[in-house]
Amino acid sequence: MTHLHSGERPATPGVLIGGGIALSLAIMGSIVAARYAHDSGFAAHAWIFAAGFLAGLVWLVRRYANGIPADDLTPYADGVVRAGVIASVFWGIAGFLVGLIIALQLSFPNFLYFPDLPFTNFGRLRPLHTSAVIFAFGGNVLIATSFYVVQRTSKARLFGGILPWFVFGGYQLFIVIAATGYLMGITQSKEYAEPEWYADLWLTIVWVCYLLVFVGTLWKRKEPHIYVANWFYLAFIVTIAMLHIVNNLAVPVSFLGSKSVQLFGGVQDALTQWWYGHNAVGFFLTAGFLAIMYYFIPKRAERPVYSYRLSIVHFWSLIFIYIWAGPHHLHYTALPEWAQTLGMTFSVMLWMPSWGGMINGLMTLSGAWDKLRTDPVLRMLVVSVAFYGMSTFEGPVMSVKAVNALSHYTDWTIGHVHSGALGWVGYVSFGALYCLVPWLWGRKQLYSLKLVEWHFWISTVGILFYITSMWISGIMQGLMWRAYNDFGFLSYSFVETVEAMHPYYIIRALGGALFLIGALIMAYNLWRTARGDVKSEAGAGSAGLAPAAAE
Amino acid sequence: MTYQVASEFARSWGLVFLMVMFGCACAYALWPSNKRTFDHAARLPIDEEGQP
Repeated sequence: MTHLHSGERPATPGVLIGGGIALSLAIMGSIVAARYAHDSGFAAHAWIFAAGFLAGLVWLVRRYANGIPADDLTPYADGVVRAGVIASVFWGIAGFLVGLIIALQLSFPNFLYFPDLPFTNFGRLRPLHTSAVIFAFGGNVLIATSFYVVQRTSKARLFGGILPWFVFGGYQLFIVIAATGYLMGITQSKEYAEPEWYADLWLTIVWVCYLLVFVGTLWKRKEPHIYVANWFYLAFIVTIAMLHIVNNLAVPVSFLGSKSVQLFGGVQDALTQWWYGHNAVGFFLTAGFLAIMYYFIPKRAERPVYSYRLSIVHFWSLIFIYIWAGPHHLHYTALPEWAQTLGMTFSVMLWMPSWGGMINGLMTLSGAWDKLRTDPVLRMLVVSVAFYGMSTFEGPVMSVKAVNALSHYTDWTIGHVHSGALGWVGYVSFGALYCLVPWLWGRKQLYSLKLVEWHFWISTVGILFYITSMWISGIMQGLMWRAYNDFGFLSYSFVETVEAMHPYYIIRALGGALFLIGALIMAYNLWRTARGDVKSEAGAGSAGLAPAAAE
Repeated sequence: MTYQVASEFARSWGLVFLMVMFGCACAYALWPSNKRTFDHAARLPIDEEGQP
C-alpha cells in the first residue's frame, strides 16, 4: 500500500524550504502592498492575501515538520479530495443561505437590510450568492471530483506532489478575496466575472497549476485510453482558462488600487462578456458536471456507459457548438443582427448534443432501473440528468428571438437558470458527494439512506416551488410589460408588475428554504458518515447498496 | 476585415471546418477497430481493480 513509483518523488524537505521561501516572500509582498495601497479596499485585500499565505505557511510547516506525512505515500492522493469535499459542502450551504436571504429581500425589501451597513444591500449580496454557488460550491465539487476521477480512470497518482494542495488552497483564497470584495463594493461589474484585476490574476495562476496537475496526471497514466469524463474535465479547465483571461482583460487605474478599466468597450465588451457568460454555463456548469455524470452514474449503477461511441460524439459536438451560443444573451441590442441570429442558431443546434448526452446518462441504467427505487443516491443522480434534459430543452427555446422577446429580463430566466443550477448541477453534485464520502473516508455505507430520501424529497419539492413560481411570475411579468391599451399606452406601470409578482417571490423563497434544509440534512448525514457512524434502519435494503469502495 | 468578408469566410470555410471536424469525430467514434477500446473504456469506472 505504501509503495512508490519511479518518477514519483516523495515530499522532501525541499518542499518545505521552497514552499516556505515562496510563501514568506508572498506574505512580505502582501504586507508591502497593504502599506502602499491606493485605497482601503485594496489594503484590506492585501491583508487577506497575507493572512492566506500565512495560513498556507503554517499548514506546510505542520505537514512536513515531522517528515513525509502518510497521506503523501498512498497510491492515490485522496487527502486533497477530502478537503475539497468538505469545502464543497461548506460553500454550498453558505451560497444557498445567501440565496435564501436575497430571495427574502426581494419578497420583503427590508429583510436583513440595514441602510447603515452597505454590505447588506441586495446589489452586493446577489453576486455573493451567484459566485458562492457557481464558483465556490460548483468549483470545489469540480476540482475535488476531477482529482478523484482522473486518478481512478488513469490508474495514476495525482501529478505534482504539493501542487494539488496549492490548487485547493489557492482556490479557497480566491473565493475569500472575491466574496469579501463584493461585500466591500469592489467589483468590475461584469456578471459572473465581478472580481477585480488582482483577484483575476491570482485565479489565473491557480488555474494554470490546476491544468498542470490534471494534464500531468493524464500524461503518466497507466490506462492507455483517456476516459471520456477526463475529456470533459479537460475541456472545462482549458476553456475556463481561455474565457477567464479574455473576458478579464483590463488595465488597473493605479498599480496598488482596486479599480480597473476594461480593455473592450460598448458592444464589443458586451459580446465578450456573454461569450464568457454563456460558456461559463457551457463549460463550467455543463461540461464539468457531465464529467461527473459519466463517472458517478456508471459507478453507482454498476453498469457500463450505455454507448461510449455516443459519448464521443456528445463531447465533440457539445464543445464545438456551445462556444458560439453566447450572443443569444444580446437579442434586440446593439449587437449586429447576424450575430444574434448566429447565437440563436447555435443554441437551437445545441439541443441535439445535450439530449444525446442525457439519453446516454439515463440509458446507462439499463438493467439496473430497479435501483432507482432502493437507492436514493442513484435517484438523485438520475433526476439531475432529467433536469439537465429539461433545462437544455428550455434554453434553446428561450434563445429563439420571438420567445426571448417575451422572456428576456423577466423571472423566467431566473427560473430557467435555477432548474439547471438546483436540479442539474446541485443534484449531480449531491449525488457525487454522497458517493465520495464513504469511499474517501473508508466507510462501508452512508450513515443513513433514509436521510438521503428526506434530502431528495424536500429538495425536489423546493426546486419545483422555485421553478414553477418563476415561470408564472416571469411570463406574467413579460406579458404585463408588453400589454398596450386601446390608445397605445402601456397598460401597466412597472410597480404594478412588481406587486403582481409578490406572491410568487414568497413561493420562490419557500422553495429556496426547502432546498437549503435538504442541503443541511446532507451535511449532517455526510458528517456522521465520515465519523464512521451507521444508523440502524429497519427494512432498509442498504447493505446491498453500499458503495464498493471500502474494499 | 469587413463584415462581408468575415461572413463569406464563415459561411464557406467555417462551415467546411465544422463539418469536417464533426465527420472526424463520428469516424473516430464509429471506426470498427476502435470498438474494443471503447467497450473496455465504457467499463472503466466499474473495473477499477488495478491500482497504480
